[in-house]
Amino acid sequence: MAAGVAAWLPFARAAAIGWMPIANCPMPIAPRDHSKRQDELIILNVSGRRFQTWRTTLDRYPDTLLGSSEKEFFYDEETKEYFFDRDPDAFRSVLNFYRTGKLHYPRYECISAYDEELAFFGIIPEIIGDCCYEEYKDRKRENAERLQDDQEENKDLKMPNMNFRETMWRAFENPHTSTMALVFYYVTGFFIAISVITNVVETVPCGATANQKDMPCGERYTVAFFCMDTACVMIFTVEYLMRLFAAPSRYRFMRSVMSIIDVVAILPYYIGLVMTNNEDVSGAFVTLRVFRVFRIFKFSRHSQGLRILGYTLKSCASELGFLLFSLTMAIIIFATVMFYAEKGSSSSKFTSIPASFWYTIVTMTTLGYGDMVPKTIAGKIFGSICSLSGVLVIALPVPVIVSNFSRIYHQNQRADKRRAQKKARLARIRITKTGSSNAFLQSKRNGLLNDLLELTGTEEDGQKLSKSTSLLESQHHHLLHCLEKTTAHEFVDEQMFEQNCLEMALQSYPSCSPSASSRDGSVGTCCSRRGKRSTHLPNASIPPAHQGPLHELSAIRIQCGEPPSCVVSRSSLNLKTDDSSRVNCKGGQITTAIISLPTPPALTPDGDGLHRPPQRRPPIHPPAPSIQTTSSSSCANIVKVSAL
Amino acid sequence: MALEGMEIIAIAVVIGLFVVILKQFGIWEPLSLEDSCDNDLVLSMVRHQPEGLEKLQAQTQFTRKELQSLYRGFKNECPSGLVDEKTFKTIYSQFFPQGDATTYAHFLFNAFDLDRNGSINFEDFVLGLSVLLRGSVAGKLRWAFSLYDINKDGYITKEEMLAIMTSVYDMMGRYTSPSVQDDAPLEHVDKFFQKMDRDGDGVVTVDEFIETCLKDENIMASMQLFDNVI
Repeated sequence: MAAGVAAWLPFARAAAIGWMPIANCPMPIAPRDHSKRQDELIILNVSGRRFQTWRTTLDRYPDTLLGSSEKEFFYDEETKEYFFDRDPDAFRSVLNFYRTGKLHYPRYECISAYDEELAFFGIIPEIIGDCCYEEYKDRKRENAERLQDDQEENKDLKMPNMNFRETMWRAFENPHTSTMALVFYYVTGFFIAISVITNVVETVPCGATANQKDMPCGERYTVAFFCMDTACVMIFTVEYLMRLFAAPSRYRFMRSVMSIIDVVAILPYYIGLVMTNNEDVSGAFVTLRVFRVFRIFKFSRHSQGLRILGYTLKSCASELGFLLFSLTMAIIIFATVMFYAEKGSSSSKFTSIPASFWYTIVTMTTLGYGDMVPKTIAGKIFGSICSLSGVLVIALPVPVIVSNFSRIYHQNQRADKRRAQKKARLARIRITKTGSSNAFLQSKRNGLLNDLLELTGTEEDGQKLSKSTSLLESQHHHLLHCLEKTTAHEFVDEQMFEQNCLEMALQSYPSCSPSASSRDGSVGTCCSRRGKRSTHLPNASIPPAHQGPLHELSAIRIQCGEPPSCVVSRSSLNLKTDDSSRVNCKGGQITTAIISLPTPPALTPDGDGLHRPPQRRPPIHPPAPSIQTTSSSSCANIVKVSAL
Repeated sequence: MALEGMEIIAIAVVIGLFVVILKQFGIWEPLSLEDSCDNDLVLSMVRHQPEGLEKLQAQTQFTRKELQSLYRGFKNECPSGLVDEKTFKTIYSQFFPQGDATTYAHFLFNAFDLDRNGSINFEDFVLGLSVLLRGSVAGKLRWAFSLYDINKDGYITKEEMLAIMTSVYDMMGRYTSPSVQDDAPLEHVDKFFQKMDRDGDGVVTVDEFIETCLKDENIMASMQLFDNVI
């Protein structure tokens, strides 16, 4: 029961008294209205704009937010009003729904924003009134299409391990995915063009030879044309078979329009091969050649516009049918009239009604060849009426078809635009994401630098470095920090990560001896890293580096290990190899890292830099283990910073 | 001859087309009947303003606040201030989705439309409600009598009662348990007349009706049922 008539319920109940005298049995007891509130005004404050309504208005829909006790959560005791921090413009429609019982969708409103508002206030969008329902559904469909497009393209982008068949299919469907596919695309397009041109040129008269009159090129250079035709058909056949092989659902592929066109394009050739050259079938053979022209439809794979045209015609089938039907009716009527009007005149071309069809069609489509013209006055009058009505009958469905085409075309344009903008969109999203993660890393560094500097006593430098972060940011960073502590992993930025991977790829073979334990192996790579930094020599530098100051190595070990879990975890951040050495190479990078940061005095750009943090370690060790970790991670972080 | 025949037809067609075109331009207005659209236009602009609050307060048993609340609801549903029969039927049918309430709504409409002008205004509405909800038992019974008395001649005949009864059963619809037999309304009417028609003259008068109902306990009890609707 609509709320609109809820207001009449008291009336209907009162009128029920009319049944009482007729009734034979006693009536049931009426439900008592316990909440006998006097109707009062409620103030709804939506982002500062105050709306007022009666309480009973809101009570009409008890399963929405405003109609139920849920709104008590939003009640503000001091101002005695209900405060909602939502869009006041959208709230207008919501409140009007309560008042009139009809939900309207305002055109200027964004569809997703509107949906959110409705969801917030507990109103299902299906009850939008008929006046606005079409618009709502259209917009919603467009939005869904847009989201779907995005998803599909994401699907395209991700590259799982596809087998050969899937790769091939993807190459066929999207030529832009690989160079091979692009080449293939252009080659087939070229051959389609060649084939069509060949078919056309075949029939052109090529010039008379000595003994014969003008004959078409096809008969003169039979062999050449045959070879050309064969080549094209070969290419098309190969393409078709490859597509058939690669198709995920062969049955569906075979039923699709494009494949049927392909088959029809190449079949005449094979049938021609099979058939012999005797006269009774040659007529049929000639007819088959006509089908070769269907090769031109193969272009629709290459041309978006052709596809749109085809799709439009398909979707306008009813309009086209109407056009055809009305034309047929009009043709029959006018042909009959013209026939009888011209019957009397001598030597009239209008010999029968079907013969008049030709005149009527030519006149209605305003062609006017002039091979058949009426001679009597009546004929002329009816002929002019015929041409005028022809214009009307044809002009009526055509705009519908045109608007359909335009709509579909624009949709496609929109899709293309979206694709083009997609890169920018993704870049935007990526920037914001990395921005937030960088902010976190930056704040970590700043915080830890501050700690470091406090220890060394250079306060003012520390304050220079620390930027003021908002409460929200600091809370967010604290949260990320907690996560780090929970998983005993650390966040790294992308470039750092990739650099590690690259270096890992370079370093893994010469550096670590597989026999070494994880620690030693890691040490080895660290050493090798250091060696690499100085001389970029592979193995030669390793042995001396191996014998390098043990305390350095131990320092590194200490540094890079927080417990092995950390080591292992770091490696898991990288690719899947179990080279824990990778982790410690981060430690090894301390050397390079140290250059960039000016302030911390410990960070000097050579292997000795490693000494400093370890040297500082003894004083740090005793106070608290936490500081140790911070310093180590700070060093580790400093590492990361520099590589930026 | 056929030639001339066709010529005549052609010329007639041309003249016909001219006439149509001229009519379009409004240059030549032949003797056509007046459009009825104008009448509709006039009617829809009618608006009814109710009498003042004080007068209504005096005429009915409602308090000022109640009248205000009633008017607000009424005006919300019918911004023009008038309910015509079609709208009334639509509204009333929404309460009884299973059956066909239009016939009964028609009778109800006539019962409320005191001045029989084809539309219920707020005064009719509120006066009727006042009788039904705040009136005396006798007043309610009189109202019921006026509902049953379709032609308002002061007598309820069997045919009138049958019509009312059929319309009430129509509201039930098809899906009832036990299902409504075709002669159920007639039976019910017979029972009613047996009860009400004292002097057996085949019609029920106001006094008979009121007297009988006052004596019936069930009816008396049910009369008080809707006293707290508003």
